[in-house]
Amino acid sequence: MANKVIVETTINGDPVELLCEPRQSLLEVLRDVLELTGSKEGCLTGDCGACTVVIDGRPVCSCLMLGVEAAGKQISTVEGLASGTALHVLQQKFLEHASLQCGICTPGFLMSAKALLDHNPNPTEAEIRYALAGNLCRCTGYDKIVRAVTDAAATMAGRSRPAHGAVPAETASGMTGEMLAKGEVK
Amino acid sequence: MASDQSPEFKVIGTRPVRPDGIDKVTGRAKYGADYALPGMLHGKVLRSPHAHARIRSINVERALRLPGVKAIVTGADFPEVKGVMAQVGELIVNTHYLSLNVMARDKTLYDGHAVAAVAATSKHIAEEALELIEVDYEVLPPVMTAEEAMRPDAPVLLEELRTRLMTHRTDPGSPEGPDRPSNVPGHIRFERGDLAAGFRAADFVVEREFVTAAVHQGYIEPQNALAVYGADELVTIYCSTQGAFNVRTLTSSVLGIPEGRIRVVPAEIGGGFGGKTTVYLEPVAALLAKKSGRPVKMVMTRAEVLRATGPTSGIKARVKIGATRNGQITAAEVWLAYEAGAFPGSPFAPGAMCTLAPYNIENLRIDSFDVVVNRPKVAAYRAPGSPASAFACECVIDELAEQCRLDPLEFRLRNASHEGTPQPAGPAFKKIGLVETLEAIRASDHYRAPLEGPSRGRGVACGFWFNGGLQSSAVVNIHSDGSVSVVTGSVDIGGTRATQAMIVAETLGVPVEDVRPVVADTDSIGQTDVTGGSRTALATGMAVLEAANDALAQLISRAAKLWDKKPNEVVFAEGTFRPADGGAPPMTLRQLAGRLARTGGPVVGRATVNAGAVGAVGNAFATVCVDVEVDPDTAKVRILRCTIAQDVGRALHPAYVEGQLQGALAQGIGWALNEEYFYDQKGTLRNFGLLDYRMPTCLDLPMIETLVVEVPNPHHPLGVRGVGEVGIVPPMAAVANAIYRAVGVRMAELPMSPPRLLKAMLATRAEPFEEQATAAD
Ligand code: FES
Ligand code: FES
Repeated sequence: MANKVIVETTINGDPVELLCEPRQSLLEVLRDVLELTGSKEGCLTGDCGACTVVIDGRPVCSCLMLGVEAAGKQISTVEGLASGTALHVLQQKFLEHASLQCGICTPGFLMSAKALLDHNPNPTEAEIRYALAGNLCRCTGYDKIVRAVTDAAATMAGRSRPAHGAVPAETASGMTGEMLAKGEVK
Repeated sequence: MASDQSPEFKVIGTRPVRPDGIDKVTGRAKYGADYALPGMLHGKVLRSPHAHARIRSINVERALRLPGVKAIVTGADFPEVKGVMAQVGELIVNTHYLSLNVMARDKTLYDGHAVAAVAATSKHIAEEALELIEVDYEVLPPVMTAEEAMRPDAPVLLEELRTRLMTHRTDPGSPEGPDRPSNVPGHIRFERGDLAAGFRAADFVVEREFVTAAVHQGYIEPQNALAVYGADELVTIYCSTQGAFNVRTLTSSVLGIPEGRIRVVPAEIGGGFGGKTTVYLEPVAALLAKKSGRPVKMVMTRAEVLRATGPTSGIKARVKIGATRNGQITAAEVWLAYEAGAFPGSPFAPGAMCTLAPYNIENLRIDSFDVVVNRPKVAAYRAPGSPASAFACECVIDELAEQCRLDPLEFRLRNASHEGTPQPAGPAFKKIGLVETLEAIRASDHYRAPLEGPSRGRGVACGFWFNGGLQSSAVVNIHSDGSVSVVTGSVDIGGTRATQAMIVAETLGVPVEDVRPVVADTDSIGQTDVTGGSRTALATGMAVLEAANDALAQLISRAAKLWDKKPNEVVFAEGTFRPADGGAPPMTLRQLAGRLARTGGPVVGRATVNAGAVGAVGNAFATVCVDVEVDPDTAKVRILRCTIAQDVGRALHPAYVEGQLQGALAQGIGWALNEEYFYDQKGTLRNFGLLDYRMPTCLDLPMIETLVVEVPNPHHPLGVRGVGEVGIVPPMAAVANAIYRAVGVRMAELPMSPPRLLKAMLATRAEPFEEQATAAD
């Protein structure tokens, strides 16, 4: 049997020393070794985004990375998103906008959205859709997810939040992320 | 939001945060794959690489010798199960075939069919062990489509099958045709009027053939099960399922264990859409747990999900509809063949019952067939059977509207079903809201907005689904601090805990945050059927309402006791009890709850319902409008704008109602444009991952506008209709009709993916070329 390896990493701000097999993915290590089951497994092939974590500021499919590659990295998972019992604005907005139905995709969306807002605090609808395109949700049709992220960005920037259920006028419906590639939106 | 709300309600119609929300945004919620037990083993399934083969032998010796392997099961470990028909959600399941689907015996019938399973100390060891199992197959020719399977010389999948003609959905049927093996176990026919006379009366007759691809439910969470088999022969199963009681019933029949010895604990569930109403892993995990004496957890990979679970049927359809010049439908003839997968049981009957249900048609014949093919056995998928047949008929309706030079909504309105219109299967509709959804789209911003630009088009379509009723149980506990818990057996797949809490809060006049909903295991609550069939807010909601009313009646008599009055001398309003004569100070529910011990002990309200039996099932209609733009070079279709109007009866929690409509429409757009199974000539699935089985991402969709139409269901105490399913029925035809207006091509095949659409577009462009060529000759 494969020899286990000691890996030193940082997860949600805490130094962690763990033991894993070289063949275990980071997702498997998080879920099965560290019992951080908030990151979900939907495909193991990088196609669904349910396993998304943020590594050194970038969203990563943890199923596509080996556990041993976590050495020396800063990893954030959904378990570390709230500060104590205070929810992150994104979490709060996902709840207010009913952006989850079954909720299996939610941890991945939250982490992708966090990585987006950390880099671009004022994204357009098209930029939000582009940033979330690696996350599949089969339940919601994405409408309420996009609204929650839009609203979270506005709230974090201290702007008055959009009226309930309304997308801010400048990102009103009919615009899809494809337009981003075509240069139709900023 | 105030405008959502009806004045009769305080809580219903508002949008509180769901009670399980915090767990689900913090990663704390436990889904099936998140469970672990001490000493747990991991199970993996060996699956057939052949679409159709006889199993000559299986040798597990080498696999068993691999260190870490603790148990292996094959078909030989499973008992023979006699064919019993069990109702599972909206589908009727034959337990004999269910057992063969869970584990193949002498034949494998599709690529991915389970042939053996291993439990080992790690999933990697279990996977290695699978490679050491030797199976000797005699490969047989596969039959992959309904059309092939219906030919008299087609290879036979199941020797014992004969065609039976049925007149209604639960009819066992009578033999039809010659007494010889058949791949067509079921044929249902609905007929009324005089078809020939109807077509003679028509000014226009449109006749077309359609093909739709099989599509998967596509839930993001793969199937999973964790089973414990105790020394006391008690089995406990933790799993993500739409119906814990169904898992209990079906596991009991597959393993031959009494239901009373099985407890099913429903985990949080990561989507189902009908696909998690049956069992795949649960009996296998239980048997491995029995053999190894340790808990066994099994989780499917995505490839296994695509190869061996779901999907819904691909169909072949022929539709002929006639209408007069002024847009009156005179006759319709529909022929449908549904691929069931390897075993009988496609949604061919509901497909026939739903198609054309939006229209009042005097002369009608619908034939629908259940056809076995070498593909995975289909499972329920959102309004099972209706979307594919609706696609075919709604495209023909659109063409007729065009021939009559009528607006497609106007054409539909002229023929629309109302209260009293007979459904295709016979019974008349009760109060329904089809016309209201058509009118809502006609009056919408979207429909009234001009659509300009080249290669752009707008399409509409409507659809019907009858919804499920079935059984539910609920218990309402009044706690001594005035808080309330409500216990049901309905797993929460899309916010139903919120609606349950709201119904209790409305009834008892307590804040919704004071109500804690609990989803119980099969030992802790009465029989509750699946979260499926659009029935949870409706039927479980009814049970919750009755249980809350039961608790309230008890509370009133406790207050009466304290005041030495009769119950009818106590008034309850806005969460407060008062004596009718004003002879004592009023008491809040919280104050009364603190005194229950002294008035006879705790108050527990309870109720059970069979919402089908009481006729509360509310039929649902939806109308969809879609704008598309077709890339003239690549034929890629972009959805510019989409709107869905649906009659929901009453929106309990409008945000989750909108969510159902949006999700259904998004799935329909995936069905319309991208999703399909690619099988090669040997019957091997080639796109068993989510990169190639392409579901819509948020880049593929715009915002989804919802028009929540409320025509209260008169048979439900709150006016609720099921909302979960019908939204997936109209989108495919709406997109096809929009594509026609954009590029002048009527698509008769789903999905309308770029290669398929481009071919059709090039064919229309090629014609003038050929003419020129001929002229030049
Ligand atoms: S599980 Fe990692 S992308 Fe799907
Ligand atoms: S909420 Fe179910 S997959 Fe997104």
